[in-house]
Formats: sequence, C-alpha cells, structure tokens
Amino acid sequence: MLSGREVTTAYHGLVAISAVSLEVAKGEIVCVAGANGAGKSTLLKTIAGAERPRSGTITFDGARIDGMAQHMITARGIAYVPENRRLFPRLSVRDNLRLGSYLYRSEADRDEPLALVFKLFPRLSERLEQRAETLSGGEQQMLAISRALMTRPRLLMLDEPSQGIMPKLVDEIFAAVKRIRDAGMTVLIVEQRMAECLEIADRAYILQTGRVLMQGSASEIKTNPDVRKAYLGL
Amino acid sequence: MTAETIIQSLASGLLMGLLYGLIAVGLALIFGLMDVVNFAHGEFLMIAMYATFFLFAFFALDPLLSAPLVAAALFLFGAVVYLLVVRFAVRAKANAGMVQIFSTFGLAIVMRGFAQFFFTPDYRSVTHSWLGGKTVSIAGIFLPVPQLVGALVSIAAFVALYFFINRTDFGRALEATREDAGAVALVGIDKNRVFALGWGLGAALVGLAGAIMAIFFYIYPDVGAWHWAASAACSVRLPAASSSVWSKPPPH
Amino acid sequence: MDTSFAQRRRRDLIVAVCLAAIAALVPLFVKDVYVQNIMVLTLMYAALSQSWNILSGYCGQISLGHALYFGLGAYTTALLFTKFGVLPWFGMLGGGLISAAIAMALGYPCFRLRGHYFVIATIVIAEIALLLFQNWDWAGAALGIDIPIRRDSWLTFQFTRSKLPYFYFALVLACVAWLVTWWLEDSKWGYWWRAVKDNPDAAESLGVVVFNSKMGAAAVSAFLTAVGGSFYAQFVSYIDPESVMGFQFSLLMALPAVLGGIGTLWGPVLGAVILIPLTELTRSFIGGSGRGVDLIVYGALIVLISLARPEGLVGLFSRRRKGAVR
Repeated sequence: MLSGREVTTAYHGLVAISAVSLEVAKGEIVCVAGANGAGKSTLLKTIAGAERPRSGTITFDGARIDGMAQHMITARGIAYVPENRRLFPRLSVRDNLRLGSYLYRSEADRDEPLALVFKLFPRLSERLEQRAETLSGGEQQMLAISRALMTRPRLLMLDEPSQGIMPKLVDEIFAAVKRIRDAGMTVLIVEQRMAECLEIADRAYILQTGRVLMQGSASEIKTNPDVRKAYLGL
Repeated sequence: MTAETIIQSLASGLLMGLLYGLIAVGLALIFGLMDVVNFAHGEFLMIAMYATFFLFAFFALDPLLSAPLVAAALFLFGAVVYLLVVRFAVRAKANAGMVQIFSTFGLAIVMRGFAQFFFTPDYRSVTHSWLGGKTVSIAGIFLPVPQLVGALVSIAAFVALYFFINRTDFGRALEATREDAGAVALVGIDKNRVFALGWGLGAALVGLAGAIMAIFFYIYPDVGAWHWAASAACSVRLPAASSSVWSKPPPH
Repeated sequence: MDTSFAQRRRRDLIVAVCLAAIAALVPLFVKDVYVQNIMVLTLMYAALSQSWNILSGYCGQISLGHALYFGLGAYTTALLFTKFGVLPWFGMLGGGLISAAIAMALGYPCFRLRGHYFVIATIVIAEIALLLFQNWDWAGAALGIDIPIRRDSWLTFQFTRSKLPYFYFALVLACVAWLVTWWLEDSKWGYWWRAVKDNPDAAESLGVVVFNSKMGAAAVSAFLTAVGGSFYAQFVSYIDPESVMGFQFSLLMALPAVLGGIGTLWGPVLGAVILIPLTELTRSFIGGSGRGVDLIVYGALIVLISLARPEGLVGLFSRRRKGAVR
C-alpha cells in the first residue's frame, strides 16, 4: 500500500533520514521505533508531504506522492497526526471535527466516520462545544486522532501518540489504534514506548541515526536479544 | 453650537464611520488571517472608485447597480494580488518584516502611478446618480441619502460576513487557517487557496465601499491614501474616525 | 570572528575615505551644470537614506514619514532667514534640534505600537503635518516661501554662480551620515539592535535599554534628515509644503536603502548612486507629460527588490568578494 524507497531528507544540509526504505501493507499496524533524534518524526513528515525528500521515491497505492503538496496527500487518503497534534486551539471540538471532513460535501459522508469516533472516544461526545485548548492532554490526542479519522483515510500515521499523557489514557489510545485497524484502516505509528507499541503492531522498523537498523515482524523484534537489551531494558 | 448641530454631525459621522468600517473590516480580515497589513488597501479603494466612475461614464450605470460588479472585480483583483505578490512576500527569509511592508506598499505606489498615467491626476466625479445630492429628514435631522444607503449596505455586509464566517465550511476553514495556517493541510485544506480567497473577500468589501463612496467623493489617483489612513485608524480601534482631519476629500 | 569584524570595519573606513576623495575630485573634471546638479542630489539622497536607514534599517522601526523632518529642516531655515534674518547655519541647527525633539515625542508612544502600526502612524503624522503647513498663512501656506537672494557667500550659504559649494556640502553631509552609521554599527546600540531584530524575546528582556536606544536612533535620524532638508531649501531657494514635505520624499529616502540593502552600511550609498541619476535621467527623457511614470518605476522597484532580493543589491558585491577570496 505504502512504499518508500531509499528516502533521504535533510534540513539545512543536515541529513535526518538517509536511504530509508519501508513497506506498509494494507490492514497492518506498523511500528517505527528508535531513540530520540533517530529520524522517526522526519520519516512521517516526509511521507505526509510536510517535508520534501532530497532523494528517493514514495508511492501510495501505486502512485508517486513524494514532492506532492501536503493537502493533496491528505486528500489521497493519508491522515497524519503530528507530534504536537496541531489542533485549532480556539475552535470548538465540534468545529475541529467538522474541519476534518472538509473534503467531503455530502452530510452522509461527513457523519459516517463520526460514529466510529464516538465509539472509540465516547468522552469527546460530551465535550463537543468546548474549545480544543481546554481539553486535557489525553483528550487533545484523542481529538487529533479523531480529526484525522474524519478525513476517512486509508492510512493513518501517528507520531508519538503517548507523549505527555497519563498512563491510563495511553492504554486507551493503543486500544483505539487496534480498533481503528479492525475498522479497515492501515496504521503507521511512531513510538518511543516500544514495548506497548510492539504489543499491538504486526511489524516494526527500528531506526538509528537516520537509518533502518532492523526490521521484522513484531514477535521477531520483541524476541531479538539485542533489542531486548538496548531498547526494552530487559 | 446647538444640540441640533451636534446630533447632526454625530449622525453623519456615524454614517461615514460605518462605511470606513467596511474598508477596515477588509483590512482586518487580511491582517487577522495572515498577519500582513495590506498597504495597498487604499489603492484598492481607488480603483474601485474609478471602476464605478467609468461604468457610469461609459455605460451610464448607476453606482448602486455597479456596486456588485465592482465588488466581484475587486474580489478577483485581491486574489490575484495574493497569488502574484503576497504569496512570495510571506516566504521571504531575509528581512521578513520589511518585505511584508514594502511588497504591498510598492504595489500601492505602482497602482497610484498607473492611475496618474492612465486616468490623469484630474478630479472626477459621478455627476448624477439616483441617490446623489438627496437628503432625507428624520426627526428634524437631515441625513444625506448616499451616506445613509452606504451605512445600510455596510451593516448588511457585516451581517453577511458574520454568517459566512460562522455558518459555512469556508468560513470555518478561514478561522482554522487564522488559528494555525501550517495545520490546515492535515485536513486537506490548501492554505494558499484560503489566503487567496481571504484577500479576494477583503478586496471585495473595499470594492463595495468604493462603489458607494464614488457617489459623493471626488475620484483622483491619491484618493485611496486618505481613506486608507482613516480606515486604518478605525482598525487600530480608535473610535469611528470622522474628525475633520480625515475628511480632506471634499464631498460635492 | 572578532578580528574579522574589526578588519572589515577598518576596510570599510579605508574604502569610504578613498571614495570620498575620488568624489571630491570629480567636479574638477565634470563642469556640466546639469550633471553637477544630479551629483548634488545623489549625495543628498545618499545622506538622507543613510539617516533613514539608522532608524528603519538598523533599528527595525520602518518610517515612511521622514518627509516630516526633511520639511521641518527646510522650513525652520527658510522661516528664520526670511522673517528674522537668522543665518541658515543656525536654522540648520535649530531645524535639526526641533526635528529630533519631535521624533522623540512621536517615538515615545509610537515605538510601543507593533511594526505595522508604527509604519501607518508615521505616514499619517507626516500627512497631517503637510496639511498644517498647507494651511499655515504665516509660513506662506500652500504658496510656500521664496528665499531672497543676497550675495554668494558661505555665511548666508547662497551660491548662484556655481554649484560646487553645494556639492561639497552635500558630500560632507553624506560622509557624516555614513560615519555616524559606521560608528553606530560597533556601538552598544548597534549590538542591541542586532540582537532585537527579528527576535521579540530578546526585545522583551532588553526592554528599557532598547527603548531608549530607539529614541536615540530616532533623534539622530531626524536630526540628520532635517539638516538635509535645510540644505535642500538653500539649494533650491524656494520651498512649498508639497515640494519639501510631500510623501514622495519619504519614499525617496527609503528607496535607496531598500534598493541597496536595508540595514547595511553601504546599501543607501549604492542605492542612491544607482537610483537618483536613473530617475533624473528618466525625468528629463519623459518630461512633464508622463506624470506617474516615476511612481510606477519606484513602486515596481520596491516590489521587485523586496520579493527577489530582500537583502538588497549590496549582497551581490559581498558574495562576489567572498567568491574571490576562495
């Protein structure tokens, strides 16, 4: 479904990811893990079109998307939830959600993903009229994911959804990710909390200083002795 | 000064204030949306007034009828200005603040120059129109009809704008872009399109004001500079600017 | 870093002395009055733009109302001379001081405004002043003041037979404005301005001292501009509100700096040397019939420079110099 080949991205001449190749098949949950500064976020930004790759190609459902404008990539079915969420803070929860379905004209198309959103995060339905900035960190993350779901994506990309959130809500969010996959979407997730992430993922990539260090099924990665020592602290 | 004259000048000041408010709303819309002051806003007004004048001179079209046409033309003009000039100005890496100011300011100077070149510095006026010169007396206070209609049009435009921004998808997109222009791509909105439409809308509002002001103000290449200053004063939230300092262009 | 900065400054000074010396010799070879006239105006606008650049470029407070100070300088000199017989040199000083005082009085409330509003405020204030002078009967109102010609002398600063004295005065003025800028670059003020530019956080933490330094910059800038205006009144010996306080002066003071490089030492000089001869030549080619053409040229230049080369034309030179070193 999504395939990146030899993707290299640089900021101001500093290479953030270098010749990274990855594949995501339909219906998978793929986890990208690695230490701070390993290039995980850059990888997602590049796929989403927020950064342009210096070289390499990215294809989505067979069509090249590298170099395409970011809003066009969203329109093609890739929803991206950035690390800092980028909600519209002074707009209401309802308006944030409605903006998610901006691309659709008919009310039916707009309401359809709403049912899923309220099933995943019932507490959002109680806060529809509140401004987004008044939500707690965890609720904001839920809203950011929900807004992304409103674009009815085929691929959902999450950057560090657990960051700055109470542990209890983290579990809730990971559970939601699984249910999102069960609803027919594909998920690419970047996480520092590798252990939890590997629990729900099918496959995983480990990045180190901008390169792919290791890849494989989640169970392979989980049982790899080097990973256990270096990343899982076991 | 009797109480009557005070009320009289208050009333006409209020009417003019509403028209200036229409210009200022256009300016504020653009400023709020992308933090750029349109220093050519007065020149937008100037070409709107000239457009009204020429529609009158060549097609005998009354300013009231040409107002929607002028507003539509200004809409296009504003969007084009964004796409050709401002879009590049906001990308500047060096001297960003100065570039933002001088790009639209330079445009203002060019427009004034073209107006002098093609239209000559002569004062023009719409010599006769349905409303021009008419007054109406309400409870002993005489109000000029063009200004009164201008005020009503302004109020209608404010209400329409309010509903447009609060009740439509595009209005919501406008608000979102104003909140975080970098984030709208996440929901598939092209921020350049929103900006272009925002500029178009701001220009259309000033076009509407210009068409009506053409009924009772002289039209000349520098006319925008004056009204611009007045409306800018409004948008710095001074009370409705209609003191004598601002009213240099004499009504006729 | 430190030594290269000091080296650059020394090199700038040497270049400036050489250029000034060459400029001083030019009139010995160029006798044509029309060309001399253009040279005087070029030097004057170099000086004016350099003064404008102190406030607007280095300090980041863009003013589009400097015609106010120019006009005040011209009017103070002309009024003191025609009404009270005071020599222009005192008028020059007086006009400078009045302008500096007014600049500080305006700066006090206006520096608190955000960038865009400051620009608007300067335009509006200059236009109001223009209106006042147009309606001030004692000062000649819209008709202006004819400065009576006595005899050619440095005392009355009047020269009818030759333009050379004006040329040398303009050259000195340009050198002074340049030297003030050169000196400011390495001063405490210059350092603060660099720190504050495009960094509002630094502005907050430096708050009061920066505010005071901006007031200083406004005063210096206005003083020098007024001296330029005073000089201009003597040079043309007839002034009216529109011809010394009109908006085009605010424009013509900003334009060389914008063209050459705003906030740079050499930008205003380079810009004036390119722009002023160019506009004078186009004016004499097109003549009076093409009203508005000058505005179109100025405006188009402003738009093009700010979009295509916001760092100004001096960038071309320094880049080439760096390339040569490599």
